[in-house]
Amino acid sequence: MSKQNKNIIKEIEDVSNDIYKKIIKKIPPEISMPLRSLSNVKYEAKAGFFELIGKMKSRTLTANTVKTFAQTLRMMALSKQLVETKDIATKREAYYVSKNWAEARFKEQPESDTVMDDIEAMMRVNREQMGFLPEEKGGDIAGKLTVIDYDSETGKEIKIDCTKFGSGAYSIPSSVEQLKFETNADFVLAIETAGMFQRLVKHKFWKKANGILISLGGVPTRATRRFIRKLSDEKKIPVYVFTDGDPYGWLNIYRTLKVGSGNAAHINEYFCVPKAKFFGITAQDITKYDLPSHPLKEVDLKRIKDGIKNDPFVNHHKEWQKCLLDLAKMKIRAEQQALAAHGLNFVISDYLPEKLNNPKSWLP
Amino acid sequence: MVGKVSAEELAKKQRDIGVGEFFAKNRHLLGFDNKRKSLMTTIKEAVDNSLDACEEARILPEIIVEVIDMGNDRFKIIIEDNGPGIVKAQIPKIFAKLLYGSKFHSMKQSRGQQGIGISASVMYGQLTTGRPAKITSTIGEGKDAHYYELKINTQKNAPEIIKDDIVDWAKEHGTKIEIDIEASYHKGLQSIDEYLKQTAISNPHATIIYTNPKAEQIIFPRAANSLPAEPKEIKPHPYGVELGILMRMMKYSQEKTLQQFLTTEFSRVGAGTAKQICENSALLPKTKPTKMSRDMAEKLMEGIKKTKLINPPTDCISPIGADLLEKGLRKEINAEFYASVSRAPVVYRGNPFAIEAAVAYGGEQKGDDAIRLVRFANRVPLLFQQGACAVTKSVVTTGWRSYGMNQSSGNMPIGPCTIVVHIASVWVPFTSESKEAIAHYPEIIKEIKLALQEIGRKLASYVRKRKNISDEAKKRSYIEKYIPHVAIGLKEILKLKDSEESNIVHMLEEILEQKRGKLEEIKVVNEDYDEEFAKIGKEDPEDKGDDDE
Repeated sequence: MSKQNKNIIKEIEDVSNDIYKKIIKKIPPEISMPLRSLSNVKYEAKAGFFELIGKMKSRTLTANTVKTFAQTLRMMALSKQLVETKDIATKREAYYVSKNWAEARFKEQPESDTVMDDIEAMMRVNREQMGFLPEEKGGDIAGKLTVIDYDSETGKEIKIDCTKFGSGAYSIPSSVEQLKFETNADFVLAIETAGMFQRLVKHKFWKKANGILISLGGVPTRATRRFIRKLSDEKKIPVYVFTDGDPYGWLNIYRTLKVGSGNAAHINEYFCVPKAKFFGITAQDITKYDLPSHPLKEVDLKRIKDGIKNDPFVNHHKEWQKCLLDLAKMKIRAEQQALAAHGLNFVISDYLPEKLNNPKSWLP
Repeated sequence: MVGKVSAEELAKKQRDIGVGEFFAKNRHLLGFDNKRKSLMTTIKEAVDNSLDACEEARILPEIIVEVIDMGNDRFKIIIEDNGPGIVKAQIPKIFAKLLYGSKFHSMKQSRGQQGIGISASVMYGQLTTGRPAKITSTIGEGKDAHYYELKINTQKNAPEIIKDDIVDWAKEHGTKIEIDIEASYHKGLQSIDEYLKQTAISNPHATIIYTNPKAEQIIFPRAANSLPAEPKEIKPHPYGVELGILMRMMKYSQEKTLQQFLTTEFSRVGAGTAKQICENSALLPKTKPTKMSRDMAEKLMEGIKKTKLINPPTDCISPIGADLLEKGLRKEINAEFYASVSRAPVVYRGNPFAIEAAVAYGGEQKGDDAIRLVRFANRVPLLFQQGACAVTKSVVTTGWRSYGMNQSSGNMPIGPCTIVVHIASVWVPFTSESKEAIAHYPEIIKEIKLALQEIGRKLASYVRKRKNISDEAKKRSYIEKYIPHVAIGLKEILKLKDSEESNIVHMLEEILEQKRGKLEEIKVVNEDYDEEFAKIGKEDPEDKGDDDE
């Protein structure tokens, strides 16, 4: 058993032992974990990600908490069993395992996900290490990258050349810790939509520009974030992010990729890409390229307001405050695909090359 | 010229409409819309009269109601009371002349108002079966018992005496009426059974002995051995008078001056106030009432409006009383909580009235339906036209959510609850002659709402307590449910022994339960409940009415 696995088992046993000792002394036991919300993070520009500021949430065993308490312990027992047998369970599978727990079963998966996140925060490890895997798959990769993976039966190295998928792409696995990379690319371009990714792959933009293309498919999964982080750290390549020109693309997608989220603050350290830069579409781009736009929705305005008021990352960067406020004034948003208004391949021939050559047009 | 009819010819067809003819054609106005309702109306009118008569004579009422099914939708209805009886000369007019009665002109709380009811029943019987009504009445020991068979001449609105006899009747005093009518008998919430049951609730001083068409006898014994305080007759209050009535009163007045007329014909008008009214109307106090023109009467109305008057006396109202109303409800419903209120009399348009309300919550009542609303006006149950009634309007415009019940705005509240509302007044403003719904006077609605809010507040504190208790019970069941799982989790992680696992359960029970005191129980404690009584009117669930409302 690996050292890491031993540590996790010990951690689970220690927490449980504390609880057990208190119970037999007739003291109401409690568990505590970091509070998982934006109010419990600060943005450390030096470290480059959202760090916990140490607010703890503690849960004493009472009539109101006894159900969650029981579920947390049973989930920990499941995790221990998974680690000991080197097995895994997806979040959905773990939810189904709970169906054997009689009254302690979870009604809906979000309940079991929350308990899992709580344990993760309590143990200060990520859930993959506890044997739990997310259901969603990671992003897609195409371009100047060779991924080195291992055969699960023989343990032999497998080299995957990401230039050889034709019009398809390599899929990031849900656990990326064992991967190694070979590349001489100049940059990584992370793209919000699969549609834009398809266009760039089709026209082999990665070849012309000597880069690696990654499709995020909305808010990037933990595996994708971790993959990009490892790649950028190990190979010292810059990461550029290309999303729609709206608060969702900027805050939910880019900000989460770069510095992490409030909900997963306890693991941000490993799941963020501090070196990422924002390419576009910025508020300025909408005006500069005269992009067709849609009116901002109620929810967009709320995101802008929330971001300016509560997001430590936005607070730290004047550029982002300006960008959000400009958009609020313009009352519009523009999608990546809006670039097609100037010709289907305008994005390849003009927009991206201009961006690559003009760091001043990026946002931090 | 073909087809043209001259005015002279038309004039031949134009003539007076007899009040009898009018009601014979428009019997729905009097509550004879259909066979089922006709049975109810006939019995209701007779019982109302009997109760009024007994109370006026200060006799504890004992009323015998018998309904006999004669087949072919024909029923014989017999109602007998121990009232003061009726003097011979009055019997034909009371039972066989519409709009004849003692109550219309008096300002006094009574069940009957217009003097239509019982004679309308006689007319209905005559219309549907062709048979006369049979009346027996005696006014006291040693006096003859008179027996009449009566019909109504509907054109002339006058009694037609078929038989006039003296009979042997072993009754100290009282009146008996026998009418054959076309009708149909059902059970359920709008049945005659339910009507008599509710009458027993609102008249705890009366004994009612009822034999239904299935020959089952039900006795509602009196629950209170004293008569309600006698309602006093009052003179009209100037604020309530209408122009036409004022003109009629002046025309027939014996008084020599307007000032005298005002002081003697109205309540709350003394010499000084009368002068002030005259002044405000720009009329001379010496004017002769019989000489007043229409314009002057109108001026007088204006003057009355401008003059500040004391409200009419309210001792003319005889409410049921909060305690007796609640007691009646307890007999009928096994609930967890009861509350009642009897508000002090107030005035609408010069007419004094008082509102009483009671509530029964929880127990055996269903929680996911609209509440049940029971309405009384001058102790008479109102079983029809709930939607059109001021009581209903008051209930739906009261915010029951703050009293712990569910309610979507403008609708009846939802909850395990029965609400009773009684309006007592010298003149209950019904929306129609059939006296089924109370008109929407703002003063009345306001007063009903105040009564509802009062019981609502009491109800709210109970509902809160009940919720706390049930929350606590839920928490306890939580503890019992989940403690074993805490133990299982720890056992699996720490590889504990079975004995250690059960020790965890034991210790946790002590930790969690020692803090929580004894659990209060929600119980139904109701010594007044009468199962037989509650069942009346509720049988035959499949026998739902097909012809009402």
